[in-house]
Amino acid sequence: MQLPSYPLPDPRGRYGDFGGRYVPETLIPALEELTAAYEHFKHDPDYLGEYECYLREYVGRPSPLYFAENLTRHLGGAKIYLKREDLNHTGAHKINNTLGQALLCKRMGKKRVIAETGAGQHGVSVATVAALMGLECVVYQGAEDVRRQALNVFRMQLLGAEVRAVESGTRTLKDATNEAIRDWVTNVRDSFYIIGSVVGPHPYPAMARDFQSVVGEEVKQQLLVKEGRPNPDAVIACVGGGSNAIGVFAPFAYQQPRPRLIGVEAAGHGQASGLHSLSIGAGRKGVLHGSMMYLLYDDDGQIQPAHSVSAGLDYPGVGPEHSYYAEQGLAEYVGITDDEALEGFKLLSRLEGILPALESAHAIAYAAKLAPEMDPEQVIVINLSGRGDKDVVEVMRVLEERRGPSAEGRGPQEVA
Amino acid sequence: MTTREAFERAAYEGRAALIPYVMAGYPDAQGALETVRRVLPYADLLEIGLPYSDPLGDGPVIQRASERALRQGTRLKDVLEFVRQVRSLTDKPLFIMTYINPVIATGPRRFFEAFKAAGATGLILPDLPPDEDPELVALAHGVGLETTFLLAPTSTDARIATVAPHCTGFVYTVSVAGVTGARDKLPDGLPELVQRIKQHTAAPVAIGFGISNQTTARQAAQAADGAVIASALIRAHEEGRPLEPVLEEVRQGLFRQVSV
Repeated sequence: MQLPSYPLPDPRGRYGDFGGRYVPETLIPALEELTAAYEHFKHDPDYLGEYECYLREYVGRPSPLYFAENLTRHLGGAKIYLKREDLNHTGAHKINNTLGQALLCKRMGKKRVIAETGAGQHGVSVATVAALMGLECVVYQGAEDVRRQALNVFRMQLLGAEVRAVESGTRTLKDATNEAIRDWVTNVRDSFYIIGSVVGPHPYPAMARDFQSVVGEEVKQQLLVKEGRPNPDAVIACVGGGSNAIGVFAPFAYQQPRPRLIGVEAAGHGQASGLHSLSIGAGRKGVLHGSMMYLLYDDDGQIQPAHSVSAGLDYPGVGPEHSYYAEQGLAEYVGITDDEALEGFKLLSRLEGILPALESAHAIAYAAKLAPEMDPEQVIVINLSGRGDKDVVEVMRVLEERRGPSAEGRGPQEVA
Repeated sequence: MTTREAFERAAYEGRAALIPYVMAGYPDAQGALETVRRVLPYADLLEIGLPYSDPLGDGPVIQRASERALRQGTRLKDVLEFVRQVRSLTDKPLFIMTYINPVIATGPRRFFEAFKAAGATGLILPDLPPDEDPELVALAHGVGLETTFLLAPTSTDARIATVAPHCTGFVYTVSVAGVTGARDKLPDGLPELVQRIKQHTAAPVAIGFGISNQTTARQAAQAADGAVIASALIRAHEEGRPLEPVLEEVRQGLFRQVSV
């Protein structure tokens, strides 16, 4: 196999104005070392062979491109395909990237891996590959997310990882990432930081994109078989940091003709409420976690807390390449509220027997709006980035909370 | 007093310069000013921290202080007012420590001009390697602010050669790979690191991160021209201890000739 080759970033790690390396100087030599190692191994047949073997034998790739016939009929428009990343080992797209980085870590001779996690999907996938490869593993997770995602916390512990709950700031993914970076600055000589999304200083956004591009490349091949053409008319994916979306967008983004690429951000309680994660929809250019990106911050530049019902989208920034796509019009970015996402969650569960991750439910919800406006011969591909098992308790809690005034005084059923 | 004069005066007295760190708005506006009054007699230069929501180069003590200052409602305009008040108390060099996002949010020119007008001497930018945005650095110089960037034990000679020329104030050398926070002892190898840096710049070199007591101050003074004390002061405040004994101990450690 080969990893894809894209025109961006430039040698300075920039996508236009976005990206770069805004980190403490202590880390710069490590980033230079990592860039050199990645540039070397991405052309190394042994490394690529091992990566491909694990993707096939361990992750279970290729993941199916499933024609969602019931959903298509129900919505009455474009044909809808689901790229089933939820069927990967560990239940999400995250492992495509984690495996690639962990194999790089081993070749660089580092024995300890650090990760941040929001929903826990990335943490679980890092804990998994660390177990597989015999690496010491520390995962930082916001204390609020530790509460929301207890199942994934236990999973990581079963896999031998140490989960450190982060109590600072908003106690979510943003602060977990700060803490992971602090650990990395301190232990930079012997530790490898496996960033879970297409964020962070160069070369992380490019590396994570390259590893996730297997998703979009498979879509092309699978669609060619099923529809006789490699390009769908629209590709829809949820966007927090943006790794599943970039994986399915990038293979299409720099080509002509280019399908509509639609990134779905979490609109939370709605843009007007201020409680949302619309980094592109409502953010400005700024710097967080080492790169320039669209970002939510106040007039003084203080980062504003994001909100989403889904922990994986609860992030105030978005990857630099998405920022570039948005600025250049290579992709569109829209918002889906918590309520709409919950409807998407129920819709896919009932019609297709698939519980989507709350993150992916945002993409489903947007497809439900778009498909009826399209023709039956047109094709939408939704990246079903993860499975919803981890979210069942949270969905139950939220649905009970919203059952309205009649639910008051119900007492005993409340889930704390 | 210029930055150069401040370091030279300390050297003339046979010691490394002492650079206390005071965070604007911590524990509140009045309290920060009170802290300044207490540290000024010991200070050769002063570092003023701008509280930030995501201080990823800082350890838990400065993070907590940041959160508290922001909870008190400290805004950028309050930090500017604080700098003006401090400037009215002293002519010593004042360096503003800020992460880059507040600079971007305000607009670099506006940010720099406002702090220059308030009386700042220079800027310390911990998450901006200067080659990441040379235009922004030049803009600061154009406004009349000095710039200080960080170098670290992990810095290669190539990085030192890149960063050091941009340090027009002083060079802030991080004592350890890590985040800010008081330590009992600094790692070996600091004199060699500072010597490598001095091959690329005539600017004074200060050591920061971990300076907390006589031992660490002495290690810093043996290696460099100055030392920053930050977390140890905030920790003393948190624990309700007076700042003076901490400052006095560190100051004693900064004298060069004596050895115990």
